[in-house]
Amino acid sequence: MRDELAEILAEYGGEKGALIPILQRIQEKFGYLPEEAISEIAKFSRMAESEIFGVASFYAQFYFTRRGQHTVKVCLGTACHVRGGERILDEVKRELGVESGGTTKDYKLSLERVACFGSCALAPVMVIDKNVYGRMTIAKAKDILDEYRRG
Amino acid sequence: MVVGQETRTIDLTIDGQQVKAKEGATVLEVAREGGIYIPTLCYHPSLTPYGSCRMCIVEIENIRGFPTACTTPVTESMVVNTNTPQLQELRRNILELALSEHPYACLICDRRERCQPFHITLRKTAVTSGCTMCPKNRRCELQEVVDYVGLTEVRLSPIYRDLPILRDSPFFDRDYNLCILCGRCVRVCQEVRGAGAIAFTYRGSQALVGTAFDRSLQDSGCQFCGACVDACPTGALMERSGKWQGLPESTVTTTCGYCGVGCQLNLEIKGGKIVRVAPVLDNSVNQGQACVKGRFGIAEFVHHPQRLTTPLIQRNGELVEASWDEALTLVTKRLANYKGNQFAFISSAKCTNEENYLAQKFTRMVMATNNIDHCARLCHAPTVAGLAQAFGSGAMTNSINEIKDAACILVIGSNTSSGHPVIALEIIKAVRNGGKLIVANPREIELCRYADIWLRHFPGSDVALLMGMMRVIIDEELADLAFVEEQCQDFDAFRESLINFDLDLAEKVTGVTSDKIVEAARLYATHKPASIIYAMGITQHSHGTDNVSATANLAMLAGNIGKPSTGVNPLRGQNNVQGACDLGALPNVYTAYQRVDNPDIQKKFETAWVCSLDASPGLTLPEMIEAAYSGQIKAVYLMGENPLLSEADAGHAQEALSKLDFLVVQDIFLTETAQLADVVLPAASFAEKDGTFTNTERRIQRVRKAIEPIGNAKPDWWIICQIAKRLEAEGFDFEHPSQIMAEIASLTPSYGGISYQRLEECGLQWPCPTKDHPGTPILHVGKFVRGLGKFTPLEYRPPAELPDEEYPLVLTTGRSLYHFHTGTMTRRVMGLNAIEPEGVVEINPVDASHLKIADGDKVKVISRRGEVIAKVRVTEESPPKVVFMTFHFAESAANILTNPALDPVSKIPEFKVCAVRVEKV
Ligand code: SF4
Ligand code: SF4
Ligand code: SF4
Ligand code: FES
Ligand code: FES
Repeated sequence: MRDELAEILAEYGGEKGALIPILQRIQEKFGYLPEEAISEIAKFSRMAESEIFGVASFYAQFYFTRRGQHTVKVCLGTACHVRGGERILDEVKRELGVESGGTTKDYKLSLERVACFGSCALAPVMVIDKNVYGRMTIAKAKDILDEYRRG
Repeated sequence: MVVGQETRTIDLTIDGQQVKAKEGATVLEVAREGGIYIPTLCYHPSLTPYGSCRMCIVEIENIRGFPTACTTPVTESMVVNTNTPQLQELRRNILELALSEHPYACLICDRRERCQPFHITLRKTAVTSGCTMCPKNRRCELQEVVDYVGLTEVRLSPIYRDLPILRDSPFFDRDYNLCILCGRCVRVCQEVRGAGAIAFTYRGSQALVGTAFDRSLQDSGCQFCGACVDACPTGALMERSGKWQGLPESTVTTTCGYCGVGCQLNLEIKGGKIVRVAPVLDNSVNQGQACVKGRFGIAEFVHHPQRLTTPLIQRNGELVEASWDEALTLVTKRLANYKGNQFAFISSAKCTNEENYLAQKFTRMVMATNNIDHCARLCHAPTVAGLAQAFGSGAMTNSINEIKDAACILVIGSNTSSGHPVIALEIIKAVRNGGKLIVANPREIELCRYADIWLRHFPGSDVALLMGMMRVIIDEELADLAFVEEQCQDFDAFRESLINFDLDLAEKVTGVTSDKIVEAARLYATHKPASIIYAMGITQHSHGTDNVSATANLAMLAGNIGKPSTGVNPLRGQNNVQGACDLGALPNVYTAYQRVDNPDIQKKFETAWVCSLDASPGLTLPEMIEAAYSGQIKAVYLMGENPLLSEADAGHAQEALSKLDFLVVQDIFLTETAQLADVVLPAASFAEKDGTFTNTERRIQRVRKAIEPIGNAKPDWWIICQIAKRLEAEGFDFEHPSQIMAEIASLTPSYGGISYQRLEECGLQWPCPTKDHPGTPILHVGKFVRGLGKFTPLEYRPPAELPDEEYPLVLTTGRSLYHFHTGTMTRRVMGLNAIEPEGVVEINPVDASHLKIADGDKVKVISRRGEVIAKVRVTEESPPKVVFMTFHFAESAANILTNPALDPVSKIPEFKVCAVRVEKV
């Protein structure tokens, strides 16, 4: 990991104030911000690790634990809630064996809950990576998850 | 950074009061100076204004809205109102919001004061649910603000965050349930300490102060300085010692007894005990800062159960308790037989000026010998020799509070963050002010993080490095030749000697690439004012005096001396090593470096002391050890020293001391050395006596008695007087150290103007020759003390012992932030031991893998003189082929290994370089 980090950091050689882009690049590469990355960035940017962690944790976009290959988001916004989003979420939790915010043991899938995707007409909605799946039912959800679990 | 710049005065009106202010000041600062209270929560005098709590809002005529006083600079004819009904109403509303997440029940309770009788029971709860259960009660700024704005009701329902109290620091607890997110702790940790151990994490309702990945403070780079605790306005951060003791009965301001920085500390006393120690905000030395040793490491050693509380006498191979009378009688009876050169006094840089003065007076006058020395020999004798030769004075040329204004700082041979933590803060300040920093150190020290250039030269190659830089400065015509011409001498001979230091050689000897040497030379010579800071990494070599001369040459060459923020600044190690030297605890000089072999001086002291004195210089500390070994010295009086750990080749020192006829040791603990003594006398610690210390910047500061001596201990000055009087000497009838200082002033030109009365207000920097002299922050202004500054031609001499096949690694020694000297005091502080329980050997990963050693393994480090066993820390901080050890630990005493090869001029042993072999055990 160290070499890969060094490579990324080298791209930003000398540039000050490039912290956010660096964090984004690293998250892109590893799917999250590993402890080791924070400590390498700290050395590189001559900042303290807590300072960098403080900045990163301010933004919802950064993760500090290893994420799954795919992110499953189940909507619990008003429209979805009314049409049974809760039940979809429960089913997905059971299928994957994780709570929302968690990641499966094989690091294939991470689960999150969101409040409204802006696709209320399709409620209840489940989104995996960038694909939106509307009019969810428990059976459909299971099939879709299987696709990703296999792939 | 511009010195002497004129600041304009501004007139304005605050609450109808006419006030004058300096341009650039904020409304808040000006109001406070004028005695007008404006409530604040996020403001702290040591920090840049933040403007987040909005408690300090004011009304300013012709300005719309409610600006915050802490961020608004004053302008001419400004009219400010700080306390209108509308402001108070706004403040109450803001405060109410902030308080909804703070246990506020007691805060707004009108019975708060009367609730006291219950606090004893209530405080036993783990959860602080109100002021009467809070350790900060009655010194909390939130209480002050609530009272001022008159908040009596909070209409929001309370939220208790229910966070676990964090106890991962050995010294303080963190209860973020009480945190109001003012950010003072975070800012002081980043801005002032440069540690950045804590930061704001997450945001919105989740926002909290925390560490990366919620790691422990120690794993987050915390220095345990306690600055965050001091900055916190609430009870969120609280030291554990004295936590539930409430307010102290008295507070005594004194000078820290650990290191040469000389921080001013407030000792808070309750029930005859020190319950808490906090740095003094308003002074020019430490400005509200301290380090872990002074902040958390005092009370516990002072009140340690192992303190010596009664005299001890050796009987049948055992030290048994004795009365003072018995012990003193025995000491006097025995010492009476050893007058003259068979006697030696080993004095102490831990003791006060007054005590060191008496020690040398006793030795010279009563014992009729000049055999007196102390451990300065082991750290800064080359400084005294080298700088005296070059400049005419062997002390730090400039002051601590000038460092922050330097345009360039060269730190060489000093791990300032460990050895002199509070001076490191000044260096960090300079960097933040835009100053350039050059660090020259074989090890990757903390300051490297701030450095523009890091010169990682081989241990012992300092002369080559500095001469290489000087060669560049001359070749590139960056030298200040006008200054050299006007104020210095012997320049040509020096320039001749530079011929041998071309860059190729410098690169080969130092291991630093020539372009880095060039870059450093240019930086130092072109960014003025530039300051050189060094410590034992320069002095503790068999060519220590040459190293010092090299720094002096460099400063003169660039004209960086005699001006603010310049100079050559040796950082003295022990709290009073400067004073011990100044007061003549040296074999060749009386006070203020007046030579014993100068007949006029001899006369002066003979007249004052009414005795006849010896004109031949006495033995230095290493020579004393040799003389004890050979039987030439038969009796030694040792005050506050532990040579069994601090001497190079410590095993030899032990043998030597065992051969003495009579050894009397006076200390606060039964040290390794004291166990060999015939008589042990229990001394009072610095907290139990009056006196003065002189810090590294020549500032004489008061030490004040805060508590009574523990048990039957007595101040060192009292003990010396008793022994002298029993030996029928006149001139030891002192009742208080202030009387001793009066005698010192009368015999010591540079201390001539010092009196306790003047020191009451603040410290004074010598030379201070007369009662109305203000003291001297900068030496050599306009003219060197010796007349002309003297250049010294130099040649490169390698360390006395270089690695070879049998001993392939270089061992270098140094200090840790958490321990002091031989650990006599710090190792008795539980928290300090918890952070750093044992000495470790630091080794580079390359060497470690070569030797098949892993982090945490036990290894044997072997030199030609001995071997010690210690745990390994594998780290890139140590360069390849170099291992590092601290010297604070008796179990792994690094000085068993070090080389006693002496510097020919100053007789300092070569602690910093010796050859070793490392083996896994
Ligand atoms: S003790 Fe010092 S270093 Fe540690 S968190 Fe507090 S301010 Fe920072
Ligand atoms: S812990 Fe104290 S200093 Fe730090 S943010 Fe909270 S209240 Fe302020
Ligand atoms: S040990 Fe030194 S830096 Fe630390 S508090 Fe004492 S005088 Fe200050
Ligand atoms: S509520 Fe689910 S998409 Fe809008
Ligand atoms: S003190 Fe001014 S905004 Fe906090």
